[in-house]
Amino acid sequence: MTGGLSVSDLSFDYGSKKALDHVSIDVPPATFCALLGPNGAGKSTLTALLTRLLVAPAGEIHVAGHDLRKHPRRALGDLGVVFQQSTLDLNLTVRQNLAYFAALHGLPRSEVPGRIDAALDRLDMRQRADERAGGLNGGHRRRTELARSLLHDPKVLLLDEPTVGLDAAARSAITDHVHDLAAQGLCVLWTTHLTDEVRDGDQLIVLHRGRVLTHGQAGVLRGDHTLSNWFLAQTGEAA
Amino acid sequence: MTGWWGVTRAVIGREFLRFVHQRERFIAALVRPLVWLLVFAAGFRAALGLSIIPPYQTYITYETYIVPGLCAMVLLFNGMQSSLSLVYDREMGSMRLLLTSPFPRWWLLFCRLFGATVISVLQVYAFLGIAAVFDITMPAWGYIAVLPGLFLGGLMLGALGLVLSSFIRQLENFAGVMNFIIFPMFFLSSALYPLWKMAESSPFLHDLCALNPFTHVVELIRFLLYLQFNPTAFLWVVTSTFILGAIAIWGYDPARGLMKRKV
Repeated sequence: MTGGLSVSDLSFDYGSKKALDHVSIDVPPATFCALLGPNGAGKSTLTALLTRLLVAPAGEIHVAGHDLRKHPRRALGDLGVVFQQSTLDLNLTVRQNLAYFAALHGLPRSEVPGRIDAALDRLDMRQRADERAGGLNGGHRRRTELARSLLHDPKVLLLDEPTVGLDAAARSAITDHVHDLAAQGLCVLWTTHLTDEVRDGDQLIVLHRGRVLTHGQAGVLRGDHTLSNWFLAQTGEAA
Repeated sequence: MTGWWGVTRAVIGREFLRFVHQRERFIAALVRPLVWLLVFAAGFRAALGLSIIPPYQTYITYETYIVPGLCAMVLLFNGMQSSLSLVYDREMGSMRLLLTSPFPRWWLLFCRLFGATVISVLQVYAFLGIAAVFDITMPAWGYIAVLPGLFLGGLMLGALGLVLSSFIRQLENFAGVMNFIIFPMFFLSSALYPLWKMAESSPFLHDLCALNPFTHVVELIRFLLYLQFNPTAFLWVVTSTFILGAIAIWGYDPARGLMKRKV
């Protein structure tokens, strides 16, 4: 059992429509794994299953060694999530948003202010701690969400298309930062449909129509092609 | 696991902050029953003759009669409003945040329900306060005795809201909730007229009213305001709360798939 994220033989359907078909994924610690797939590939369903918003009838999910079905609380306690849609309460300040999350995760009250300061420092957001989330721009909201997802020191970080709607500078800042986190030991699963967010050294999984088409190291997989062309060829052939 | 109380406090705190930020919601919640009390009741006062029925021991004005029903109306609208905000929450994503907390889901939903009820009860007291300014008063101790009844009623109607929110798919459907839930529940109850009056015009409608859990919320509040306990109403409300609560937990169970189309 790895300390990272492991998914085996996961299937899920919405009535007659199959969303995921025997998906298996293994992401060890200290790895940045990009889950690349066109729209409708099943990325959001996978995210919902990994965060237990949905439960699949078949297959297993282990987060940091904890079985999500048998020990959901331990598994969710080791999981940090940044959803595609913002989950900030725009009426609350940055600090209030983080404090609310800390309470939802049962962090000891005495530790919370220190952890919030440290998390905001890492993302260079400390000076905005007392601003309302509604007043922040898209990039700063994302940074706040990333800071929040790290507040409880998760071992696995899940990001569902975290750069949607951000400008180029904010995108690359977030992408760089999460790569650094992986280098420091975190297990990261980053779902995207944008090939330029993936680096050659990253693990890459291509999801298409609910199935894993291929996986391996991005640089090795793409060979002499650009990743974008390689990805189009993969999903084009399959289509 | 430590922190159960911390979750409760955080969820209630957030409800409270949301409430403070939405002043128009508070004003709307107050104006609605006040219009009924000060306009509708004044107009109907002459049309409706009330005999002495328990818990009243003397003739009362129509305004006095409908106060408990309007307290329950505040709870009803708030329960539905919190269901609306749950659907909205889910669309905005903050419900996801709540549901991915490692605490058990039934506890998270209960905290959410409890937080919304605290806000509802505060609004009922604000309404009772304004009614008192207009000289529509209850026995002094009744204001304290009614507190558990308001909480119980608020929990029941909040649980109903949770059930609806697990079935409603889109925000627009709230208009449907108004037509098919709020209005029938309110009008088919003892909020505006005593049940014996309903029986005079239609025994069938009377039976419907007697089966409506909302009637029992109204009667529980009415009796407690006059320092009396109505065991039938109490049992109805407690049972309905448990049943609705169980359906809500079932509706939010990730394996049941009612959420399938919503995540």
